Amino acid sequence: MSILVNRRSRVICQGFTGRQGTFHSEQAIAYGTNLVGGVTPGRGGTMHLDLPVFDTVHEAVAKTKADVSVIYVPAPYAADAILEAADAGIRLVVCITEGIPVNDMVRVKASLAGSRSRLVGPNCPGVITPGECKVGIMPGFIHQPGRIGIISRSGTLTYEAVFQTTNVGLGQTTCVGIGGDPVRGLNFIEVLALFERDDDTAGIIMVGEIGGTDEEAAAEYIRRSVTKPVVAYIAGVTAPTGKRMGHPGAVIAGGKGTAADKYAALEEAGVRTVRSAAELGVAMKQALAAKRRRKRRR
Amino acid sequence: MNLHEYQSKRIFAEAGIPVPAGKVAATEAEAVAAAGELTGPVWVVKAQIHAGGRGKAGGVKLCRSAAEVGAAARGMLGERLVTPQTGSQGLPVNEVYVEAGSAIARELYLSLLLDRERSRIAFVASAAGGMNIEEVAAHEPEKILRVDVDPAAGLQGFQCRRLAFGLGLAGPQVAQFEKIARALYCLYLEMDLSLIEINPLIVTKDGALVALDAKINVDANALFRQPALVAMRDPSQEDEMERQAAEHELNYVSLEGNIACMVNGAGLAMATMDLIKLHGGEPANFLDVGGTATADRVTAAFRLILSNARARAILVNIFGGIVRCDVIAEGIIQAVKNAGVTLPVIVRLEGTNADKARRLLAASGLAITVAKDVSDAATKAVRLARKGEKR
Repeated sequence: MSILVNRRSRVICQGFTGRQGTFHSEQAIAYGTNLVGGVTPGRGGTMHLDLPVFDTVHEAVAKTKADVSVIYVPAPYAADAILEAADAGIRLVVCITEGIPVNDMVRVKASLAGSRSRLVGPNCPGVITPGECKVGIMPGFIHQPGRIGIISRSGTLTYEAVFQTTNVGLGQTTCVGIGGDPVRGLNFIEVLALFERDDDTAGIIMVGEIGGTDEEAAAEYIRRSVTKPVVAYIAGVTAPTGKRMGHPGAVIAGGKGTAADKYAALEEAGVRTVRSAAELGVAMKQALAAKRRRKRRR
Repeated sequence: MNLHEYQSKRIFAEAGIPVPAGKVAATEAEAVAAAGELTGPVWVVKAQIHAGGRGKAGGVKLCRSAAEVGAAARGMLGERLVTPQTGSQGLPVNEVYVEAGSAIARELYLSLLLDRERSRIAFVASAAGGMNIEEVAAHEPEKILRVDVDPAAGLQGFQCRRLAFGLGLAGPQVAQFEKIARALYCLYLEMDLSLIEINPLIVTKDGALVALDAKINVDANALFRQPALVAMRDPSQEDEMERQAAEHELNYVSLEGNIACMVNGAGLAMATMDLIKLHGGEPANFLDVGGTATADRVTAAFRLILSNARARAILVNIFGGIVRCDVIAEGIIQAVKNAGVTLPVIVRLEGTNADKARRLLAASGLAITVAKDVSDAATKAVRLARKGEKR
């Protein structure tokens, strides 16, 4: 099993015929993703990468029964694209686009609150269930079907966690990049809940960073509701106050959002934390071994 | 992007938010002339920089004559003002703002910002104005009022009244406050702002509300649709290296250490800084070359970090996903050759075509240290930087 996407997911791409959409759709098809078409307004009725192009997401859903959409639409139009996907009944909307104005996302988030659609991102690498379905820009070859669920606010740090869990032989059930923006769709808690319920996921790696208090909220949730071992890393121990570190959401403001606070909250919740991003794989392996030992003793 | 106080107040005035009468001046003569046009008997001269904490740093002077205004302007213009928020180098004062003095009865605090937990825009207010609001929040949280706005419904009257009465306002002040709050909310949305802060919002001795200070930050992601705000940008207030980086679409933040880093991805860039620290070193910068780094960008990034005189070693950490490591390796080789790099360069490359990249670096004949993993890279960078300091 896995979460969010699998081999039965029917995926469309918004911004299909653009440079990004084309490149990453080719990669997704090569990976084995069940891509069933794409949307580019004004190009409806044509074919692209041997797949049908539609003018609207509604039409794409009607014709292909798509239930997942990945968005590569440029930032000025991305909020509109997310809402279009939700309005068309897409179950999972994955928005890769970077640089969406925050106020646009405030509106989108409020609008999605009453819908059945889940949003991942924006400003994220996407979602992958190794060996089954790749929805996003992550390099497929570093993944390996396995037992670890990965949640991360950062793209390349997700790849680090993937690479390390592959190298220690654990592999991944599903990897979810929740994105580096301050207002986003799924957050740590929602994804933790999905992994907790997923029978194949044995352990969870959580990669956070400075800014906001989502990691603190996640720590509280883990303490109450997560039984699987969680390993966490927080980027930005050395980040200065008030400076935005690349991601729009990565800023320590008003004394809130420091790595130290997040580590403290996670450790208090019983999460195994690492100070080096290079130790995620090994720490996960140790956490699983420790859990097995505890079980045997009982 | 930040605006100056005088720019923010101009925006306020146009939106109907009361501000003291004032004029911006770039020379002493202009400042004296400004004082002549504003009603006395007291004037305030304020250094225009993109940072707070100006008062205690000598950037705000109360003056009782035009001559004093001139002297205050002379003392500030052309200097660099150092405040707790500027870093040790301070920021250049190219303009001062001359204002008519206000008769203050009470000082309040009012701001509008993103509430990340609720994903809504929120008002934060306090009767303890004129002070560091973060300290008030930390020590006397009961003095902080907060309301967030439902984006679909918009700002409601009851929310304004809750804030107004909570601030101890009464009579016609309540309606005046509501008018100000509504104007601020409109500005925040229409101009794509990420922060409006008025500290203090004063009650004058006549009982009127006036924004005595004004701070506005603009959401950089929305500048494409805010040409009027782009025109207000003041590059003199930006870190020179951060400004150059932005021109090459690189994300750069200056830090105080001596190990320069070049990394792809913001999270990995922070993680690399953290690793340097963990191994006993200090990072010289944060630098994210982006998920789609090209050889040209790598060259630009190298030039940028080489212009930092403090750097004693360069650590390159790339996890090739979409970007191929061999392309990055070629960029590194090109940059080291063309820029005449004399500092030790430590490279960790992993991911797409990493083996090919390592072979390219080894065959280049250049003094590039290829690390076997990221911890190895950090250890080596720290050691080589220490050696560089001793020389």
